[in-house]
Amino acid sequence: MNTIQLDHQGRLKHFLGIEGLPKALLIEILDTATSLMSVTEQTVKKVPLLRGKTIVNLFFEPSTRTRTTFELAAKRLSADVLNFNINTSSSSKGETLIDMLRNLEAMHCDLFVVRHAAGGAAHFMAQHVAPHISIINAGDGRHEHPTQAMLDMYTIRQYKGDFSPLRVAIVGDILHSRVARSNIHALMTLGVAEVRVIGPNTLIPKGIATLGVKVFNRLKEGLRNVDVILMLRLQRERMQAALIPSVHEYFQYYGLTEAILETTHSDAIVMHPGPINRGVEIDSSVANGERSVILQQVSNGIAIRMAVMAMTLKAIPELKDTR
Amino acid sequence: MSINHLDMLLHSVANSLNQYLKKHQRDNVLMVGIHTGGVWVAKQLHTLLNLPQPLGQLEIAFYRDDFSRIGLHPHVKPSRLPLEVDDRHIVLVDDVLHTGRTVRAALNELFDYGRPASVTLVVLIERNGRELPIQPDVVGYSLHLEPGKHVKLCGPEPLSLEIRTLA
Repeated sequence: MNTIQLDHQGRLKHFLGIEGLPKALLIEILDTATSLMSVTEQTVKKVPLLRGKTIVNLFFEPSTRTRTTFELAAKRLSADVLNFNINTSSSSKGETLIDMLRNLEAMHCDLFVVRHAAGGAAHFMAQHVAPHISIINAGDGRHEHPTQAMLDMYTIRQYKGDFSPLRVAIVGDILHSRVARSNIHALMTLGVAEVRVIGPNTLIPKGIATLGVKVFNRLKEGLRNVDVILMLRLQRERMQAALIPSVHEYFQYYGLTEAILETTHSDAIVMHPGPINRGVEIDSSVANGERSVILQQVSNGIAIRMAVMAMTLKAIPELKDTR
Repeated sequence: MSINHLDMLLHSVANSLNQYLKKHQRDNVLMVGIHTGGVWVAKQLHTLLNLPQPLGQLEIAFYRDDFSRIGLHPHVKPSRLPLEVDDRHIVLVDDVLHTGRTVRAALNELFDYGRPASVTLVVLIERNGRELPIQPDVVGYSLHLEPGKHVKLCGPEPLSLEIRTLA
């Protein structure tokens, strides 16, 4: 995975997953996003960085939020954007993934943003795509969702500064969460003090402790002394068995409420990748409360996606004076 | 005068700019420096001319025409224009005018903020090697350099000009 993501000079060519990427590259993504954040704050929210480039959103799974932020990021960089909703497109007519790639290549596209229900789909495409094309993984099955992890890291850095002393808790449906996996890899690479996963055993993958995380089954105990609380959506659409007795009972044991929040550090921030199931994993008053940074995550997501697009379409060299 | 007398050069540019603005009846100007050297020069001129409006700065990294060849630097400071650009006389300041590509990028960015009434281009040093039809309105010093040489403003404290050989 690591080797295919980088070019011969160690710069980002594809962005398929966090696992195996060096710390310096993750920091570079965060720094580039910080620079690009200014674009989103100016009157004309657009710069000509990717003018003439064509970016294709290939979403084999339904998504509004992620696709929209990728589209907005591309447009802020002046790229042309094509959206393909594959459910209603050619794959239903029997066209293979490779055929689709070849056709899109023939249309002179430069970058594909891929979301797929199968883990490894983006990696597969990166292996088969023409050399001048980049692939960004926008979520593949239970595997990874690297841009979500990077926007989470950006948000954590924005509110907490240094990563090294932080204790971060990831709460809920770890089993089905590509966000959790990407976040664990990112947090470990960036060197936080401790990563905890909290949830019922039925929603925690076996062997997850080998990634260096601490496992907790009780919410209050797991949240003690943490600086960041990352709540996950309960992914009932991916559950093929009765992994929880009921949504109501899940909320009783693992839902983040005001009462639970009061037992944590007063400056601990609350995050959620969205979309939120209010009253299932998080109480509305917490989601809307002072310690919630959920909407900031959404804003940061655009800058992160701008950075990753700019970096994959052109790796970053030393700044040269070309007056 | 030579490039070694930077204080004299700056005073000369300030005087020339003052005369130019009076002659063309451009008042209430917004001075904007191009990051990095242009901002250093603009700060000096802003003080010497005692301009009432706050100083702006442009970071043209996202507007460069060589992104596809040299890429983007991860540390880019945001541009700051403290006032509306629309219908305002802009004084655009850079340290060295060489190919003209930086100024073109700066003009593109300025026009993304609005439609200025005019743009006056002020440079401390003008050198040979123009690649675009861009000429300054006010110049401190004109320099002819051999291929492989370039002039660089070092700073911010103290400011000095150096002629270097490209590696």
